[in-house]
Amino acid sequence: MKTASPFLELDTAAPQGTVWFDGAPLDLPLGANLAAALLAAGVAVFRHTPATGAPRGPFCMMGACFDCLVEIDGVARQACMLEVADGLRITRPRGGGGQR
Amino acid sequence: MNQHDVIVVGAGPAGMAAAATAAGAGLRVALLDEQPRAGGQIYRDVDRVADRRGAILGADFTEGRRLTAGIRRDGIDHVDGAVVWAIEDGFRVSFTRDGCAAQATAPKLILATGALERPMPVPGWTLPGVMMAGAGQILLKQSGMLARRAVIVGSGPLLYLIAAQMVRAGTPPLALVETQTRGDLVRAGRHLAGALRGAGYLAKGLKMLGEIVRARVPRHAGATDIAIVGDDRAKAVTFRSGGRSRSIDCDTVFLHHGVVPNTQAARSIGVAHRWDADQHCFVPIVDAWGATDVDGVFIAGDSAGIGGAEVAEIAGRIAALKAAADLGRLAQADRDRQAAPLRRQRDRQSAVRPFLDAAYPPYAAALSPADTTCICRCEEVTAGDIRTAAGLGCIGPNQAKAFGRAGMGPCQGRYCGLTVTAILAEANGRTPDETGYFRIRPPLKPVTLGELAAMDDGDRDAAE
Ligand code: FES
Repeated sequence: MKTASPFLELDTAAPQGTVWFDGAPLDLPLGANLAAALLAAGVAVFRHTPATGAPRGPFCMMGACFDCLVEIDGVARQACMLEVADGLRITRPRGGGGQR
Repeated sequence: MNQHDVIVVGAGPAGMAAAATAAGAGLRVALLDEQPRAGGQIYRDVDRVADRRGAILGADFTEGRRLTAGIRRDGIDHVDGAVVWAIEDGFRVSFTRDGCAAQATAPKLILATGALERPMPVPGWTLPGVMMAGAGQILLKQSGMLARRAVIVGSGPLLYLIAAQMVRAGTPPLALVETQTRGDLVRAGRHLAGALRGAGYLAKGLKMLGEIVRARVPRHAGATDIAIVGDDRAKAVTFRSGGRSRSIDCDTVFLHHGVVPNTQAARSIGVAHRWDADQHCFVPIVDAWGATDVDGVFIAGDSAGIGGAEVAEIAGRIAALKAAADLGRLAQADRDRQAAPLRRQRDRQSAVRPFLDAAYPPYAAALSPADTTCICRCEEVTAGDIRTAAGLGCIGPNQAKAFGRAGMGPCQGRYCGLTVTAILAEANGRTPDETGYFRIRPPLKPVTLGELAAMDDGDRDAAE
C-alpha cells in the first residue's frame, strides 16, 4: 500500500518489517521513527479529532503536540515517540464529529 | 533507581553540559531524556547520523558529538526514553520508560527542557502536511527525510537554515514566504553594533542566504494574509506580498516564527515566570546561575529564555557549578573561578539576540488571529471563542478553560497557551503578566494505569 510519498528518503538500506495500519500491511524500516516512517510511506492522516472529526497528521515530531496520536493495542500513543517494530498493529483514531 | 545528587531533565546542549560538569565535580547525576538517544532537538541523533549526513546538516550540527561524548562517563546515569510526568518536592521525579513507571530522587534539580516552536495559528494550520519547521529539521536529522514540494513560511534564522539544508540535499523548497518587513530590519539596525560582537553568527546567516539565492529559491517578503488551503491535507499556501495575492501549490508547509521556552515542567512545580516583551513569551525568573525561586531548582538553556545552543551549553555548566557548590562538593572560590570565563562567553554569544529578535519578529496576524482561526489544535477552539469568553468577563486562561476547553486537550496548552494569553490580554486591555498563563498540573504527559501498575517496586524502595 505504498502510495506516492511527499518525502524523499536519503537512507534506504535499512531492513524492513511489516506493520499493520488500519488493517493494511506496510513495509517500514525497522527501528525508524514510526511517525516519520508512516509519512515516508505516504500516510498523511494519522487520526481524526474527537471534537469535529477533522484530519490530523504529525506537526511537531517532538512529542509536544499530540497530533500524531495513533492507537496501538487499544492505547493512544504518540507515533513520533515510537520506533517501528515488526508486527505493530496500528489503528487510526476515529473522530466523533461533535460528540461533545 | 538509586538516590542521586542532581537530576537533569533533558539531554540537549544545556542538559548534557550540566550533567558533564556536575559529574566532573563528583556528583551522581541522573540525566532523564525522552528521546532514544542524547542530543535534544538541535543535535537530534547526532551520534548515529553525523557521518551519514554531516555535509547536509553542517558543522553546527556535528559539533554536538562533543557534548554526547561528554556524558559517557562515570557518575552519569543517562536514562533514555524517559518521559517525565511528575515532579514532587524533595525532589522525586516520576517518569515512564518502556511501558513502566519509575522514579528518581535527588536534592537538586536542573531543568533543561529546551524550547517549543511558537504556535503559528493561521487558517489551515491544522491540516495534515502542515508542520512546524523544527519538525522538518527533525525528519531530516533523525530520519534522512526531505519534503519534495515544500513551502517554508514565517520568519527567523531557522527558515534560512532549513532552506539551505534542503538546497544542499538537492530538494530546494518551492519558496520562502517571509513575514518580516524592511521596517523590521531598519528597527533592528540599532542593535547591529551589539550583534557584531557575535559576528560569526551573522556571517553564517549570510552564507546560508547566499546558498538560497544561488539556488534561485523564490523569496516573498512582508507576507500577510497567510492561509493554507486543502480539504484533508495541505494543497497550497495563499498570501499577499508586494501588493498582490499569491498562491503556491505544495504538499508540505513548514511554519516557523521563532521558538519559546518550554515551561511546562517549571510551571508544574510553581516556578515564577514573567513576560519577556522582546521575545514575546513567558520566561521563568532565574538569577545569573539559573537558580529559580523554588529552592534547589535550576533552569538552563532555552527553557530559561531563548539563547541558542551555544548559550544553552554554557548555562548548563554554570547551573551545575552552582548546584555542586550548594551541595558542598565544590569550593565557592572554585565555583566563581570556573564560572567567570563562562559568563563572559555567554555574554558574547548572547550579543546577537536583540538584533535577531528585532529583525525577525513573530508574524503579527498569528499573535492575534482572526476570529474563525483555530487556536487550540486539540480541542478545536477558535480565537473568536476566546474573545467571546473575554466579553463574558473572562480575565485569565484558566477561566477560559471553563468556556471552551482551550488547553484541556492532551498537549496541555503547549501550542495554544501563549495565544490564549495574548488574545485575552488584548481583549481585556491588560498586560500578559496580569493575564497570566494556564496552571500546569501533573501528569505532564499522559501515563496509563498499566504503566503505573508496572512500576518496579524495587525501584520505588530504592528511591525512598
Ligand atoms: S507530532 Fe507532535 S506529538 Fe508527535
